[in-house]
Amino acid sequence: MTTETSPLQAPPLPSRWERLRDSYLLYSFKRDPIAQLSLLVFIVFVTGAVLAPWLAPMNPYDLAQIDILASELPPFWIEGSDPAYMMGTDAQGRDLLSTILYGARVSLIIGFGAVALQALLGVVFGLMAGYLGGRIDAFLMRLADIQLSFSTLMVAIVVGALVKAIFGGATFSSYAVPLLVLIIGLAEWPQYARTVRASVLAEKGKEYVDAARTMGLPSRRIMFRHILPNTLSPIFVISTVQVANAIISEAALSFLGLGMPETHPSLGSLIKSGFDYIQSGSWWITLIPGAVLVVLVLVINLLGDWLRDVLNPRLYKG
Amino acid sequence: MIAFLIKRLFHALLVMFVISLIAFSIQDNLGDPIQQMVGQSVPESEREALREELGLNDPFMVQYLRFAKNAAQLDFGYSYIFNEPTTEVVMRHLPATLELVAATTLLIVLLSVPIGVYSAIKPRAWLSRFFMGASIVGISIPVFLTAIVLIQLFSIGVSWTPFPADSGWGSWLNGVISTEGGMPAYGRGDPVHVFGTWYTNFASTEGLVYLVLPAISLASIMLPLFIRLIRAEMLEVLQSEYVKFARAKGISLRRIYFLHALKNTMLPVITVGGVQIGTLVAYTILTETVFQWPGMGLMFLNAINRSDIPLIITYLMIVGLIFVITNTLVDLIYGMVNPTVKLTGKPA
Amino acid sequence: MSLLEVNQLDVRFALRHGDVRALRDVSFTLDRGERLGIVGESGAGKSVAAFSLLNLIAKPGYIAGGSIRFDGQELIGMRDRTLRRVRGNRISMIFQDPMMTLNPVLSIGEQMVECLKAHRRIGRREARAIALRKLEQVHIPSPEARLDQYPHELSGGMRQRVIIAIALLLDPDIIIADEPTTALDVTIQAEIMDLLLELCEKHNVGLILITHDLGVVSQVTQRMLVMYAGRVIEQGPTREIINDPQHPYTQGLMNALPQMATPGSRLNQIPGSMPSLDNLPSGCAFHPRCGFTRRPDGSERTACRTQVPEFVASGNCQAACHMVAEMLDQERIPAQETTR
Repeated sequence: MTTETSPLQAPPLPSRWERLRDSYLLYSFKRDPIAQLSLLVFIVFVTGAVLAPWLAPMNPYDLAQIDILASELPPFWIEGSDPAYMMGTDAQGRDLLSTILYGARVSLIIGFGAVALQALLGVVFGLMAGYLGGRIDAFLMRLADIQLSFSTLMVAIVVGALVKAIFGGATFSSYAVPLLVLIIGLAEWPQYARTVRASVLAEKGKEYVDAARTMGLPSRRIMFRHILPNTLSPIFVISTVQVANAIISEAALSFLGLGMPETHPSLGSLIKSGFDYIQSGSWWITLIPGAVLVVLVLVINLLGDWLRDVLNPRLYKG
Repeated sequence: MIAFLIKRLFHALLVMFVISLIAFSIQDNLGDPIQQMVGQSVPESEREALREELGLNDPFMVQYLRFAKNAAQLDFGYSYIFNEPTTEVVMRHLPATLELVAATTLLIVLLSVPIGVYSAIKPRAWLSRFFMGASIVGISIPVFLTAIVLIQLFSIGVSWTPFPADSGWGSWLNGVISTEGGMPAYGRGDPVHVFGTWYTNFASTEGLVYLVLPAISLASIMLPLFIRLIRAEMLEVLQSEYVKFARAKGISLRRIYFLHALKNTMLPVITVGGVQIGTLVAYTILTETVFQWPGMGLMFLNAINRSDIPLIITYLMIVGLIFVITNTLVDLIYGMVNPTVKLTGKPA
Repeated sequence: MSLLEVNQLDVRFALRHGDVRALRDVSFTLDRGERLGIVGESGAGKSVAAFSLLNLIAKPGYIAGGSIRFDGQELIGMRDRTLRRVRGNRISMIFQDPMMTLNPVLSIGEQMVECLKAHRRIGRREARAIALRKLEQVHIPSPEARLDQYPHELSGGMRQRVIIAIALLLDPDIIIADEPTTALDVTIQAEIMDLLLELCEKHNVGLILITHDLGVVSQVTQRMLVMYAGRVIEQGPTREIINDPQHPYTQGLMNALPQMATPGSRLNQIPGSMPSLDNLPSGCAFHPRCGFTRRPDGSERTACRTQVPEFVASGNCQAACHMVAEMLDQERIPAQETTR
């Protein structure tokens, strides 16, 4: 004698349900100091990055402002620092605080851009694979499997190397931002596709999809208007993690010399250019941008963790 | 069993075919080997002759068949940088990478299983909370940054080591690791020759010391993932009916945790682990670059920077082969651990 | 003294907004070889009662009070290590869903042998021999081969037989069976129930059968408890309760049986549904669904809303109901008059 809801009972209105969920989101956010702190730090980062041209003491891209004599100055808490350069300077005499603000801007642009591309590819492919099934499903998922077994980083490195070889170093440098978005987007779509496919398969078995199909709705409409909204919470959750991943991937590519050029640095290329000077004792050139990168990625991951706990979607395992 | 192997072999061949197609299209379309080989001063006619000689003007299919035939014999041509057969170059660099991956895997397995299990059994203990907090920080630190921090902390400008200088074994270890103090952070030191191109770091204390920092930094990216995965799976298994039933049978908790629960926990972990080995190999490119570890990853990056297309292709093919082999092995192990999989290729 | 005496058992679940009381004042006894049925809707607390006997309730549940005396020993407050000697040895359990109860990665033999070895100092070979004998007792075809098979190779009915064999391994005094046939095919349910009954009778094992199936209870058990919202509301000899249920809830359960309905008409349902435990109605928890809160003359029985009913004896049965108590009082007065 299980207590079941009677089939005659009308389902609650979607808008009200959404409002309920939003309020629960808000409720648990208010109770979670780590999530609050993470969001605060993240907002500070985004604001700093957006307002970099106005906030930064100097424009690191403007060669005229750079004073080569002021190179490798330490940050303010170490002896020998110059009050004009709070975080010190790098080997070319650029103000580190300014390069970091501009670098975070580049990292965030690439991170969000790459995730937007991944999401677009992944959602479309995942919906197709899950809803249409058959050969399309087999082909797309096999492709995703191969790509994932090579790991997204490896694919990004190989694609990055190829793109660089095709365009040549100079062209690559001048179009580095869109190219990196393309590279990371192409490398990491399988994560999205598999998550979307898994939730589509779960949703597909439910009655409302059957109902929509019996009503003779075209499959494109069923996919986008009926199934997609129900897969939003897993998409939302992995999006946060994927932004963190994309920022790390960009940093890794830049560190290997396959990403942003040193004249237009991201956090990753700042770490790379500073690494050459670590032996001479100027550790701050590489470790301060490193710490900034870690904090940025960490707060995004913490927000993602919190979201996953709150929304608790069934994520694709493995 | 045999049917399973044949099925896997077929699958492996398919994957290798796809990889070879990709590799060949790279070779066919990218980089001008002539440019790399001879430089600017050589006149165009001479370049054209060289191009003809290398077979670069043949039609696509002819070139691919020649490529596939050679690939089957592990012949991918000459490396432009080293001016010797690429297979030999790769073989010379392979052991260093494999040893680094082996040491890292060992580290991951030895640490992630106890920590993951502990934090699942005692989810509220402060140590578990610490591990969970540390693991999310760990995930957020890129592997090359871990490497740099380790170098800064234990190798550069620091005249200290983790070993106490006043104890006998400490000063001995300090003497072993470096003359200037600090852990060695560049290269593999002086590995012991085993046979062929295989020099090992596992045979001497000095060799092992050289492995420490690279292995830790390579493990730092995967360890948190595994701890979190094992904990999550174990927590789920501990909720299951069969664990409750085992408790109702009066079995000791130790046996329930380490036999009933752990064996079920490891099934998904093995599957994920197989995929993650691929990721580990990719991350060797970063770790080896930072530590100047003379393995395949460093070699690959040099090949990319100098457009040594044959060497890039050889690397891709060999790494693809390694993935295919490890994935097959992982499937075999999974089948042996999980009785519901009959090794006939389909679940019973 | 009975083999098992449960007194005033109080089980709670510690939730964020405070404790939820899953069992209140649950008391019953079980004699050696006796078969007791615990009946009620899902959520009434039957399974919680079963699991709390061996202190196996999952967190955040805990036993807040009461006493469970088994063979003269108090089980509540006993150290887990000591209680483990009782579990599976002197009191064993059969779970609801045989598909989930056996560990998928361990062989049947392994899961039987480990249970024997946990409680007795015996060798592997000897343990296997006992396991084999028990598999024969539950009528499993080719038992020898089963020992080396894994759960997925057996059907649901076969697995439940294996679980019964495991429950019997150490010749326990009591078996607690929590809905042992609910998850099985209808055709197999009777077979498994007959087997359980046969084995309990043959080995003089006490049985606590938890079920929502009144038919099964009437066939198998000698005494029964009816539970509602964490309390026992009626108890007594099974035959008497089935023939003449006193509590309106038990009457409702009986009337809801398909065989009680006229063919072609709708089944008689008890209106409404069981209240959730963290929001129980005042007084008798059943009163909002009860058809007897008013006397035949139309006046309201306010006690139903305000007072938790006590048990009143009616023959060999006891029911916790204000209406039953009033009727008994009224019967008693004329009875006294005639004797005068």
